[in-house]
Amino acid sequence: MTSVYKWELLKLLAQKRTYLGLGTAMLVPLIFVTVLVLKTGGPNDIPLGRYIRETGLATPFVVLFFMSIWAFPLLTALVAGDIVAAESHNGTLKTILTRSRERGEIFAGKALAALTYTAAILLAMGTVGLLAAGFAWGFAPLTSLSGSTVSFGHGLGLLGASLAVYLLPMAGIAAFGILLSTITRNSAASVVGTLMWALLMQLLGVLPGTEPIRPYLLATQFDAWHGFLRTPADWVPVVRALWVCALYIGVPLAAGYVVFVRSDVAGE
Amino acid sequence: MNEAQPVEARGLVKRYGEIVAVDHVDLTVERGDVFGYLGPNGAGKTTSLRMLLGLIRPTEGSARLFGRDPLEVGARALDGVAGFVEGPRFYPYLSGRKNLRLLADLDGGAPASRIDEVLDVVELRERAKDRVGGYSHGMRQRLGIAAALLRDPQLLLLDEPTTGLDPAGMRDMRGLVKQLAADGITILLSSHILAEVEELCNRVAIIQRGTVIYEGRLDELLRSAAGGYRLRATEIERAYSLLRSQPGIEAAQSNGYLRLQGDDAALAAATITLGRAGIGITELVPQTTSLEELFLIMTGGETADAGARP
Repeated sequence: MTSVYKWELLKLLAQKRTYLGLGTAMLVPLIFVTVLVLKTGGPNDIPLGRYIRETGLATPFVVLFFMSIWAFPLLTALVAGDIVAAESHNGTLKTILTRSRERGEIFAGKALAALTYTAAILLAMGTVGLLAAGFAWGFAPLTSLSGSTVSFGHGLGLLGASLAVYLLPMAGIAAFGILLSTITRNSAASVVGTLMWALLMQLLGVLPGTEPIRPYLLATQFDAWHGFLRTPADWVPVVRALWVCALYIGVPLAAGYVVFVRSDVAGE
Repeated sequence: MNEAQPVEARGLVKRYGEIVAVDHVDLTVERGDVFGYLGPNGAGKTTSLRMLLGLIRPTEGSARLFGRDPLEVGARALDGVAGFVEGPRFYPYLSGRKNLRLLADLDGGAPASRIDEVLDVVELRERAKDRVGGYSHGMRQRLGIAAALLRDPQLLLLDEPTTGLDPAGMRDMRGLVKQLAADGITILLSSHILAEVEELCNRVAIIQRGTVIYEGRLDELLRSAAGGYRLRATEIERAYSLLRSQPGIEAAQSNGYLRLQGDDAALAAATITLGRAGIGITELVPQTTSLEELFLIMTGGETADAGARP
């Protein structure tokens, strides 16, 4: 499986869409910081928004909020929705399925590569956001959501933990994209379908009457990192994100695996 | 050593809803064969090959390669087997060499020298660093052969390997197939180019509308359809009169020559009769039937693909 995963990563590294995703993930915090440096005012209504100019640590958290709406779902779908469909369309799926690897290995390699890319765009955003904002406003301690002061070192740890828990719903979107890619064998349909699904989750979260299901919607899990930024830490949203996202990741991947292993690979 | 036949398909059926793409196909490819799988476009050749390679599931029946069914043992069924269906496909954004390295890794790895070797066989070493997206159709076909050779196959399944090639490319590809066959590789060649099959193959199966209508030796097929002999003589009318009563000979007139049916001994006697009667024989040739003529007769006139003939 290692060599399948390695080559899936190398294939991603050879494709423009990968760099489009990574580039966008790095560009958004840069634009964000540039605008805030040039203009007054800021995103005071969102978590940590009012502290944005106090420390570079605040920016990655604020950008996490903005990018959860459509940018990260789109960037995730861009690769996850394409990873099987493109091979089917290009006919290379039959090329690799007539070598010495089981279909399950190929699917696992692809799923891991898509999840790795998803983690990479998140890390790229976090790193660039931290550095850009740090150069603009310094690396001072962070004011938590509870109003307490968190040292820079501790804040850095909280940022890492927040990115890790934020990765869970992104992985849920990626898993859905992989499923659509496997079923439809159509890149455009899979990318758009995945984005629509992510947006639908968000829509459900703001519609009146959906309060009972909100804690279990994928979109809600994008806010689970808030738990780390409270004093003391609130583990409830974090733990819920763990098991809720496990379902959003596991069910589509299991379904995608079954479809991938059993379906006919006919002409494109 | 595995004594099972390279290819054994029994009762292979593939249905897509109401459409029966392949209908109870039996195929046996023996060791050392260059086996031609012939049929008009849409007859079910590629669907059969896909089932053999485990890319699609048969609705009924079984396909075994060296005794192993891909549906039962997965990728292990393809040990010693290589080839391509509907033309070889590669990653256009990777170089030829990287594509081969990727495929070699999926097979457990191969040293760089082995990749160089197969690139040399298909004469692509100088372009190996270029992206496959910039390759011509012929180069991709040759890269497909190289990718297959990386597996050191005992059985090679090639689906229309010369389709889309220019005459020189076709010649080179056929030369390569001949060389591989001479090296002892069993080859299953799907093609609608009849001259190609006639040139390369020792055994054939003809498939029409999903059903195999002939499987056997190509020379026997051609011989079975041989049309006796054609004779031209100095006095054709008198020759006809004499041969009509010649024992063991059936004679018929046709546009200034005679069509003769009979075994070798009867034919020899007929030539002596004509000689004794002072009639000179100006031409006596066996009437042969080309594979194309046979194919058209057997398939009721469905062309394999007239436009694809070299």
